[in-house]
Amino acid sequence: MEHIVYLDNNATTMVAPEVFEAMLPYFSERYGNPSSLHSFGGNVARDIEQARARVAHLIGAHPEEIVFTGCGTESDSTAIRSALDQLPDKRHIITSAVEHPAILGLCGYLQKRGYQVTYLQIDEIGQIDLDELRETITDNTAIVSIMHANNESGIVFPLHEIAEIVKEKGCLFHTDAVQSTGKLPLDMSQTPVDFLSMSGHKLHAPKGIGGLFVRRGTPYTPLLIGGHQESDKRAGTENVTAMIGFGKAAELAAADLPREGFKLQAMRDRLQDGLLTRCKDVLVNGAASPRLPNTLSVSFGYVEGESIVLLLDEQGICVSTGSACSSGSLDISHVVKCLGVPSTHAHGTIRFSLSRYTTDDEIDYALEHMERIIDRLRALSPFGRE
Amino acid sequence: MWDYNDKVKEHFLNPRNIGELPDANAIGHTGSLRCGDAMTLYMKVETIDSEERITDASFQTFGCASAIATASMLTEMIKGKTLAEAETLTNQDIVDALGGLPAPKIHCSVMGAEALEAAIANYRGEEPPGHDDEDRIICACFEVSEKTIRDAVWESNLTTVEQVTNHTKAGGACGQCKPDIARIIGEVLEEKAQALCDIEPESERDRKIGRLIAEVIAPQLTGHGGGLQLVAIDGDRVVVRLKGACQMCSNNQGTINDFVQQKLRDEIDEKITVEVGG
Repeated sequence: MEHIVYLDNNATTMVAPEVFEAMLPYFSERYGNPSSLHSFGGNVARDIEQARARVAHLIGAHPEEIVFTGCGTESDSTAIRSALDQLPDKRHIITSAVEHPAILGLCGYLQKRGYQVTYLQIDEIGQIDLDELRETITDNTAIVSIMHANNESGIVFPLHEIAEIVKEKGCLFHTDAVQSTGKLPLDMSQTPVDFLSMSGHKLHAPKGIGGLFVRRGTPYTPLLIGGHQESDKRAGTENVTAMIGFGKAAELAAADLPREGFKLQAMRDRLQDGLLTRCKDVLVNGAASPRLPNTLSVSFGYVEGESIVLLLDEQGICVSTGSACSSGSLDISHVVKCLGVPSTHAHGTIRFSLSRYTTDDEIDYALEHMERIIDRLRALSPFGRE
Repeated sequence: MWDYNDKVKEHFLNPRNIGELPDANAIGHTGSLRCGDAMTLYMKVETIDSEERITDASFQTFGCASAIATASMLTEMIKGKTLAEAETLTNQDIVDALGGLPAPKIHCSVMGAEALEAAIANYRGEEPPGHDDEDRIICACFEVSEKTIRDAVWESNLTTVEQVTNHTKAGGACGQCKPDIARIIGEVLEEKAQALCDIEPESERDRKIGRLIAEVIAPQLTGHGGGLQLVAIDGDRVVVRLKGACQMCSNNQGTINDFVQQKLRDEIDEKITVEVGG
């Protein structure tokens, strides 16, 4: 395969070589079942506990507060459905309008089942109104679920403040931290979160492994019920190799935090500045808010996102678009819509997301081709001429 | 690269006839920035040997890969054609020339056909086709009118809301207009069944026969240049008249027995017999 310039790390990431290495023995010689009584299986159980401790360390939690799940979506569903199951009299959920489909899809489903859902809107800089959040919480609210960082725009919500407001009101709080885990410092010993969702494949572990932080003492109902795995919090034979991989990936991320963030941010800013210099009619989304250091969402005027993505694809450059033409829907994404990107630019929204493996050369290569591609599509477009 | 075939990719990567045509005398525009795709078609029409002929064509497109490929293909297809020939082109002809488009992208070909229609109207000094005053917007997200949806259902033999969305984009964003689209489809299919029947249906079964002919049987035959009209229903006897290419076809009795009669037997009543008459 030709060289791929992978700038779509919010979609998924490369498995780190160290992670791959760490997982290998569990595909072959260390195949024991961690639930077995014999030491061949028991040793695997011990290795899983080491992985759990590494994930816990990354977010400042206790190991017994980490439940391994199948993916970020499962973590989200587990947290919210657990809260609803534990608090059957409370029929109200609060979330934001810009959550990942893992949350929005579930909330839509729950609305059909008679739950009331409040979707907090974002303002012109992409933030929710904290006073509105405080006022919206009632005695009927079972759980508040607000993401930490947005997958499309990279905008970061003030997790600590949000958590404090929700806990002040005595309500359960969940955050989808799938995009921020390993990229931003998280400390569960300081931030009063009840549930926090993570996903391995966003931080160089393989797909098929997620994590859910459940604070000690939080009332909890498992989503999967059966055997005693995961201390009765998630039944089903463990995905041992992926757990080991997630543990290793968490260890690598923790070792580099926050230094890696500065490096990524410098690279991201160079990409952003380069695009603004080389192309006309470009808007940077979320620039007035704190953003993930690796994420850049830009909207190009008078051109359409799918065309940009496919022309970049021809050059081996991978990015994604928030103009959902290529994602099944015909409309722009809900996040681009909520951000209020003007209609001249909304359909030309592109997300670049970097990783620790992104190089300066790759940024230069992407800049060079972006300029050419935007020029080419603008020459084709009936709009945007003086 | 997504679901596109090689021909679509090739036209997207190397579009023909791009940019404004300085001496164009026929210009058609369709779509908008807000809707996510738009196209301007430029044509130069010249009268040669008392025939109006498109001697040159070019385009500008804002849109996805298939919108660009469709416009490129359209300009290639119409160059050299007489206006009368170009007028008969449908969106399906563009889709066929491209070797097919993914279902959610069919609306791109519709945009091409609309731009062509608008350019021809522009050349003749007529108002561009489209919204008349009484035409109601059904899909507010993409500004799709009732007439556009009706025409698409009628002309392209659509029967489901999803097909309408693929063709016109209506219902493709918030989805609130989907019940309206479903209602329009029902009305058009009813009208279509009536137009294909010489008789007033007397029973629910007659109505079902009419609908099946309109929705399933007739579109299959029109797809091959033929057609069929329901002349009479007498108990289990269904009398039809063949139209178009079906009249001349040496195997039309096979079509009646193996397709028309079989379909009616499968879907409605095993006792039905179909004969040609009227």
